Amino acid sequence: MGMTMTQKILAAHAGLTEVKAGQLIEADLDLVLGNDITSPVAIHEMEKMNVKTVFDREKIALVPDHFVPNKDIKSAEHCKCVREFAARHDITNYFEVGEMGIEHALLPEKGLVVAGDVVIGADSHTCTYGALGAFSTGVGSTDMAAGMATGKAWFKVPSAIKFNLIGKFSKWVSGKDLILHIIGMIGVDGARYQSMEFVGEGIKGLTMDDRFTIANMAIEAGAKNGIFPVDDLAKAYMKEHSKREFVVYEADEDAQYEQEFTIDLSTLKPTVAFPHLPENTRTIDEVGDIKIDQVVIGSCTNGRLDDMRIAAEVLQGKKVAKGIRCIVIPATQKIYLDAIKEGLVETFINAGAVVSTPTCGPCLGGHMGILAEGERCVSTTNRNFVGRMGHVKSEIYLASPAVAAASAITGKISCPCDEE
Amino acid sequence: MKANGYVFKYGDNVDTDVIIPARYLNSSDPAELALHCMEDIDKDFIKNVKKGDIIVANKNFGCGSSREHAPIAIKAAGISCVIAETFARIFYRNAINIGLPIIECAEAAKGIEAGDEVEIDFDSGIIYNKTKNKNYQGQSFPEFMQKIIAAEGLINYINTK
Repeated sequence: MGMTMTQKILAAHAGLTEVKAGQLIEADLDLVLGNDITSPVAIHEMEKMNVKTVFDREKIALVPDHFVPNKDIKSAEHCKCVREFAARHDITNYFEVGEMGIEHALLPEKGLVVAGDVVIGADSHTCTYGALGAFSTGVGSTDMAAGMATGKAWFKVPSAIKFNLIGKFSKWVSGKDLILHIIGMIGVDGARYQSMEFVGEGIKGLTMDDRFTIANMAIEAGAKNGIFPVDDLAKAYMKEHSKREFVVYEADEDAQYEQEFTIDLSTLKPTVAFPHLPENTRTIDEVGDIKIDQVVIGSCTNGRLDDMRIAAEVLQGKKVAKGIRCIVIPATQKIYLDAIKEGLVETFINAGAVVSTPTCGPCLGGHMGILAEGERCVSTTNRNFVGRMGHVKSEIYLASPAVAAASAITGKISCPCDEE
Repeated sequence: MKANGYVFKYGDNVDTDVIIPARYLNSSDPAELALHCMEDIDKDFIKNVKKGDIIVANKNFGCGSSREHAPIAIKAAGISCVIAETFARIFYRNAINIGLPIIECAEAAKGIEAGDEVEIDFDSGIIYNKTKNKNYQGQSFPEFMQKIIAAEGLINYINTK
C-alpha cells in the first residue's frame, strides 16, 4: 500500500520499509527544540534520568524567545536555567538575546532544518518546518527531555488529509488567509492526530514565507503536522540557508488519504478569525464594523520579511489611527536588519507604529502589548483563545499582515482592498 | 488502580491557555501553577476542587499550546482523572508522560453532569456514575501506560526499567 509523504519520512527514520497509519514506531530525531518556557521543565526532567549528557550536542536547539528579553525575575531565572544547561552540555545551537529570534522563524533561517528531517520541539508550532518538506511536530517537555537524552521519540503514524491547491492568490490575499480558510472549513479539531499534506500546482505561486505560515497553523486544526512537497523554490531556500544535505520524499501515487479537498486560491478573500477560536472565520466582506484598540504584526506565524514588506506597503505614507497602538515585531535579528535596510522600519515608525526586538511577547500574553478588559486586537498571530493576549474579557481577531496594517490605519477591521 | 471524586464539567475545545494562562508560565512550580488552573473559564475551580475530583469535558480537550504546565497544573490541583469525548494530541501525550490519567469516552462525557460522584477503574476502563447509578465503558490503559501512570510519569518509569 502506498505511503503519504509524512509516512515515508517516518518509515525511513524508524528503519522500516513501510509504515501504516496507526502503527506505533520509534524514530531517530534530527533535531530536538525547546524554548524558555518549555526547556526548564525538560531540563528538570532530564536531570532525574540516569543519563550524563545529551545524545548529540549539535542536534539540540535552545531558543529563549517567549518572555525575552527577560520580562521579570521569574522569566530571568528560567532563561538562566536554559543558558546554564546549554553551557554545561556545550550545546552548539543555543541562541542568546542578540542572536535569537522566534524559534520557528530562526531555525529555517539558520539552516538547522532541511527536507526529510524528523524534528520534535517542545512548542506546538514546531509543525512550521513542514514548509521545507520535513516532518516536525510539537511535543511536551517530558518528550523533549527523553529526546535530548536518547535522540529518539515514539510516534503513532498519522493518517492524512490532502489539500490540492490550484490557482493563484488575488492581491492582498496570502498564506494566512488560506490557512484560516481551511481551519474555518474543517474546524479546530478537523485534522486531529492527522497530517495535512499540501499538493497541487497552486503551490508554485506560494512564497516560502506563505508556506511557513500555512504549515505553522496546522496545529490550529489539531494536526500532527503540515507538509509541502519539495520544489525548486524550497530547494533554493535550503541551499541558501543550510550546508546540510537534504532528502526529498514524495507521497506515493496510491497513498491513502482520509479526506481530500481542492481549493482554488483565486477564490479566496482576506479572512479574519473572530474570538475565541481560530475556526470562527469570516471573509473580510462579512466582518462588519469592528472597532479595535491594538494591532500586532509579528509572531512565528507572520513575523517574516514578506510579512514586514506587506505591512510596510500598506502603511507607507499613512498614519496609524489616533488612539490605536500598532506593534510590529520582526521575528529574527536578520529579518529586523533586512527590514531596516529596506526602509520598512522607517515606514513603520513614520506611520506611528512601534517596532520591537524579536519576541513571542504579546502572542501568548507574555509582554509587549497586553490587552486590558474589553479591548480588541487585530493580530497576525495564531490563537485567539479566551485571555490569550491579556484580560479574560479582551478579544483577538486573527488576520493577515495586510488586514492588520490596514486596520491600524482605520481603527477598525479593514482590508487594503477597501481603498482601491 | 481506581479514582473517585466529584465532577467539574466543561464544554468543547478547552484550550491550554485557559487551563493555565501563559501569564503564569514564568513559573514551573506545580503548586504555584495549580493556584491558577482553569481560572479564565472557572474562577471558582481552585476554591472548590478537592483531592480526587474529576474533570469531564466534551471534544478536543487540551487543544492549543504544547505547554506541559497544563496537565501539571490539573494534576497538582488534585484532579485524579480527566474524561473527555476526545483529547488534542499533544495534551494526551503530555498527560500520560506526567502521570495524569485521562480517558476518552463520548457517552460518559455526554451523560455525566457537574457535581456527580464518579468512580473510575483504570484496569477495566469502567466509569461508574454513583450519583446516577450508571456505568460507562471507557478505554482501559494498555499495561505500559498503566505503569507510566503508576510511576507518576515517563521519566520515573524509564528510570525503574
